[in-house]
Order: sequence, then C-alpha cells, then structure tokens
Amino acid sequence: MSTVTCPECEAKLALASGTEVGEIIVCSDCGVDLEVINLEPATVQLAPREEEDWGE
Amino acid sequence: MQPRLKIGVLYSRVRVEEKWIFGAMEKRGIDYDRLDDRAIHFDLNDPVTWQQYDAVLERSISYNSGLYALRLLNAFGVPTVNTASVAEICGDKLMTSAVLARDGVPQPHNATAFTPEAALEAIEAFGYPVVLKPVVGSWGRLLAKVNDRDAAEAVLEHKSTLGSVQHSVFYIQEYIEKPGRDIRAIVIGDRVLTAMYRKSEHWITNTARGGEGELCPITVEIEDLCLRAAKSVGGGVLAVDLVEHPAKGLVVNEINHTMEFHTMQPVSGIDIAGEIVEYVMSVAREYA
Repeated sequence: MSTVTCPECEAKLALASGTEVGEIIVCSDCGVDLEVINLEPATVQLAPREEEDWGE
Repeated sequence: MQPRLKIGVLYSRVRVEEKWIFGAMEKRGIDYDRLDDRAIHFDLNDPVTWQQYDAVLERSISYNSGLYALRLLNAFGVPTVNTASVAEICGDKLMTSAVLARDGVPQPHNATAFTPEAALEAIEAFGYPVVLKPVVGSWGRLLAKVNDRDAAEAVLEHKSTLGSVQHSVFYIQEYIEKPGRDIRAIVIGDRVLTAMYRKSEHWITNTARGGEGELCPITVEIEDLCLRAAKSVGGGVLAVDLVEHPAKGLVVNEINHTMEFHTMQPVSGIDIAGEIVEYVMSVAREYA
C-alpha cells in the first residue's frame, strides 16, 4: 500500500488499493482535498479549487 | 467485419463515476483513451488526431471546457455523447426552459431579465417567494430563495455588482412548495433507466448538498415526461430532474448532460456506467 504526505498538514495517508491518477482523496487529518497525480511513486497535490462552471 | 472501434473519454477528475466508466470500458475490452481536459489541446489544422475516435464521451467537470471540446469535436465530425447542442441547452437553465416551453413540456413558471430593475419588476409580478438561479451552475450553488422585496433588491444588487457577466442574466423561477423531495431520472437514448427520490429538509434537494436518495418507481407519467424532456433537449445520456408541483403535478426542473450517479447506481442496483458505455458504443457503431 502506498503512503503519501499531505502537503497542507504533513499527515501520512495511505492510498487505498485501486486508487487511480486523477482521483481526489480527502486528508483524514485536515480535511483538504488532494488530487493523486502519480502512483509510482505515489504523489498528491492540493486539488484545484471549485470553479463557477463546475458541476454535472 | 467491422473495424475495432476507438473511444475517447474526456474527463477532469476521476470521480467514482469515471472509475466505474473506465471499469466498464475495460470489462468489455474496449479500446479507449483517457483524455484529461486539463492536458489536451486542439490544433484546428490537425483534426486527424481527434478523428481517430469513433466516439468521445464527455465527462468534464468544467462546463466551459466540456462545451468547447464538444463543439470542436463535432466540427471535426467526431460523434460525441452528448452532442455540443445538447450541452449548450442543458448547461444553461434558460436555454433548457426555452426548449421545454417550445415543446410544451410542463415546467415551473420562469421569467428572465437583464437588468436588476427589470428583474425586480418581474419578481414583483410573480409575488414572493421566488427563486433566483444562475443560468450556468450546478450542485445547488448560488441559488437564492427570495422572500420579500428587501431581499430581492439586495440579492439583485449583489449579483450585478459581484457576479460575473453571466449573473446579469437574471433567471427567476416560482418557488415550489415541494414535499421535501424531488425526483431524478436517468434517461439513456429512448429508455428511462431508473429514478430516485432526493430527500432533504432543505429547500435545495440536490444530493451534492446532502439530499438523500431513495428508489422511485417509474410510473407511466414519469416515463412519458422524462422521454419528452430528453427529446426536447436533443437526447443522449441525461438526468432529468422532476418536481412534484402542488397545482401542476410533475414538472421538469432541469436536465443534466454530464450527470453524477454515485448515489443512483448503488440505490438502483443498475449498472448505469455500463449502460452509458453501451450507449457510447452504439453511437460509435452508428457513425463508423
């Protein structure tokens, strides 16, 4: 299981199996949205903020 | 023998819906590319890059990115789900209302105006409360229930001063005293696949705002209304939102063209992602 560090609060987070690049995960410590940008090595960055035209 | 079809899936984020869609593609052994709308670019002198696709499924979170991508793909002759025309209509509440009105599909009473003064006049003619909605927007964002003239003046001034240009198109809708729920139905092609009640104590029942889902039986009336609404906007893969109006009965509130279904798929037990993929393949085969 891969582990990443939250860039906001430096908490160590484990990526669930089946996680994909582009997926959004939530930091269990500080609650910030993180985007998975790489799996090998596992890397996350702060997810883009919601824009006005986002939706379904 | 038909050549192997190539599919593109345009997306912004891998939400659970995209994971299910990718999974359904892989399960069927479909040759597909993941197209991140933040990474792609279109060279208008080189449509061939895009013409390799027999169909593209659009799942962008950004309405603008998705819409312009669809316009370009359709201009290049690439079939898309949904089409640019459907996205233009469904992504804009005023356009949706206009085509529903054209086709006599029941909907809430709507009006529009382009200045705060004209909007206030229209609101006063409706009587209070009314709902103000941005013409483009989703997830229940920036909806305002306006209970009196003071609130109307304040909201209109805020929208015209703080909002983008689009917020100066004032979309006014009657406030509907609904029974704590609305109905979302998934329409794919000419079938109503499933429907769900979205329940909430709040007047905004969107599940993105915490509304809860419960299976809703597809009555003849729901099926008929949804199919008429879907046909009116141009058809494809759609989520039709219905409201139970105390006087008018069921009315169509809005129609989504890149719907989320993370609540709907488990509630209904229907493989919506798989059905979407099957529909995309049928579109690809039709134009291949």
